[in-house]
Amino acid sequence: MIQLLKLAFRNLGRNRRRSFFSALAMGMALALLLLMASVIRGEMGDAIDLSIRLQSGHLQVRSATYDEAKTSLQWEDLVENPDQVAAQVASLDPVTVATPRLYASGFVTTRNESAPVRAVGIDPPSEANAPYRDGIREGEFLSPDDREGVLIGWSLAQRLDLSTGDTVSLSVNTSNGEVEEQAFTVRGIYSTGTSGFDGLTVLLPLAKAQAFTGAEDHASSIFVLLKDPAQTDAVIAAIQSPGFEVLTWRDMNELLIQTEQLSSGYMVFFYLIVLGIAATVIVNTQIMSVYERTREIGILSAIGMRGRNVMAIFLTESGMLATGGVLLGLLIGGIVIAYFTRYGLPLAVENFGITGMLLRERIYTQLTVQDTVQLTLMSFLVTVLAGLYPAVLASRMEPVAALRAEK
Amino acid sequence: MEVAKIENVTRVYTVGKVETHALRGVSLSIDKGEFTALVGPSGSGKTTLLQLIGCLDQPTTGQVFLDGQDVSRLNRDQRADIRRSKIGFVFQFFALIPTLTAYENVEMPLLLAGKSPPERRQRVLQLLESVGLSDRADHRPDQLSGGEQQRVAVARALASGPSLILADEPTANLDTANGEQVMETMMRLNRETGVTFVFATHDPRVVKFARRVVTLQDGRVVNHSAQAKKG
Repeated sequence: MIQLLKLAFRNLGRNRRRSFFSALAMGMALALLLLMASVIRGEMGDAIDLSIRLQSGHLQVRSATYDEAKTSLQWEDLVENPDQVAAQVASLDPVTVATPRLYASGFVTTRNESAPVRAVGIDPPSEANAPYRDGIREGEFLSPDDREGVLIGWSLAQRLDLSTGDTVSLSVNTSNGEVEEQAFTVRGIYSTGTSGFDGLTVLLPLAKAQAFTGAEDHASSIFVLLKDPAQTDAVIAAIQSPGFEVLTWRDMNELLIQTEQLSSGYMVFFYLIVLGIAATVIVNTQIMSVYERTREIGILSAIGMRGRNVMAIFLTESGMLATGGVLLGLLIGGIVIAYFTRYGLPLAVENFGITGMLLRERIYTQLTVQDTVQLTLMSFLVTVLAGLYPAVLASRMEPVAALRAEK
Repeated sequence: MEVAKIENVTRVYTVGKVETHALRGVSLSIDKGEFTALVGPSGSGKTTLLQLIGCLDQPTTGQVFLDGQDVSRLNRDQRADIRRSKIGFVFQFFALIPTLTAYENVEMPLLLAGKSPPERRQRVLQLLESVGLSDRADHRPDQLSGGEQQRVAVARALASGPSLILADEPTANLDTANGEQVMETMMRLNRETGVTFVFATHDPRVVKFARRVVTLQDGRVVNHSAQAKKG
């Protein structure tokens, strides 16, 4: 075995440049696969994570008649005594935080411009508001008893040329079906890193939102975060009660999850195409090698080497190319992915509409152990399999014909 | 005792619709310990005959026996096994594996035979010494002269302890001095080990080393003659 490895290694060393570039082709393919997998994983994982933290939570408790699409503010569609309900949910062990939120559609008007927004009434001290509180870029966060202040998202502030202290007019639909308008002061400007969300969301204290929209002691939903999403079903069982509907993050991000599954599906085709190209390079290299070494194959055959041993030599060479390619791929892919994991991949799109998909302005790649192991094994196997045809070709050479070959 | 016996062997090569009769009913018997030259002009069938005796090829008709065993219709793997255990080859070109050292080239048949590392080491060193190349063991073929390469090939041919060594124009690519040295080495090993040597040549300077000369012409044996021993 050691002799076989030695022989194969030396054979690859005869044409070092060709062997290196063949391994590099496979390495680049693996690096590309790892990068694509980590981009998709980062993009989709981030989108789901953002959606959970900013929009859906792990769970939402709503009135059974609430229609999210209409952002209904009718009392019968809202959760009554939301603080009390939230406190009950928060008392459950798996729950990290449960907080009432009130949603109203409307628009913000400045002297020159206006923009459609979603006004969200939040309970400012709640831990669930950490993404907004931590994302304050200007001014300060809301206090619960603030009656005139709002927080504006960074991209909305940019679009409307707003800064802290400016006055805006906020118009919202109300519980009685009318439109209410009031002037507010921009207390602060926040950024979640998701321009789609930040450009559409205005935050104000829950109490003010309830008074402003006429919802009074009601909320659109109770936003719930869990310590462990795996406990979702257990929590649902504990808080089910008539008149309420409990939605999971899966229910609320169905399209997103389907998109993730779809992207996983088409990535397989992408992987196959990339690996197919790399495999062609390996096949080509090894076939050239077989023809260059035809006479040697004849010599080995003449001294009694069986066809399967000849095949083993070429397969070992493919295995070594595969090992080299995999190491190069892990090195190159690792460096590129480490960079994008730290600094992100610029993404110049705003996507918060048709799919409801939240995307950061940068995609931070996420490389999982599972993806790394799977793609590495796949690349290795494809390379070795690519070497199968040349190896069979070599093993089937007739010794007489092989010995007659030109050196 | 016969090491090899060829009975009425023909070999026809077909390329497209053209048939070439390389051998036309050759019968020959080679006894243990012979040092025999196959002579004849180019195209007379010397190489084809060696290839059939060496199980590199199969006859179109007729039979080839090695140590009494009919090897005419063996499959590829069986023929490879016969070559590994019974035959050693020395070719016209210096047929060494270029990536292996002289030591490793000689070791290769022993590896294929599954010999243990100590057995291999002892045998390889002994063989390299017997061809006068102990000090060149770590050299690769491109660091050896043509004569040295051919002597390594002789050592390799002897490695697995074959009953028959077949050499096809072993001196054709060597100058006179190196050619003589290779032939003298082969002759000495024939004398010392008793292994049978059959070599194809059309070089009169090589033929003089043979104790028996078999002449081929147009695929037929046309003459057998015994010669006085040289040296």
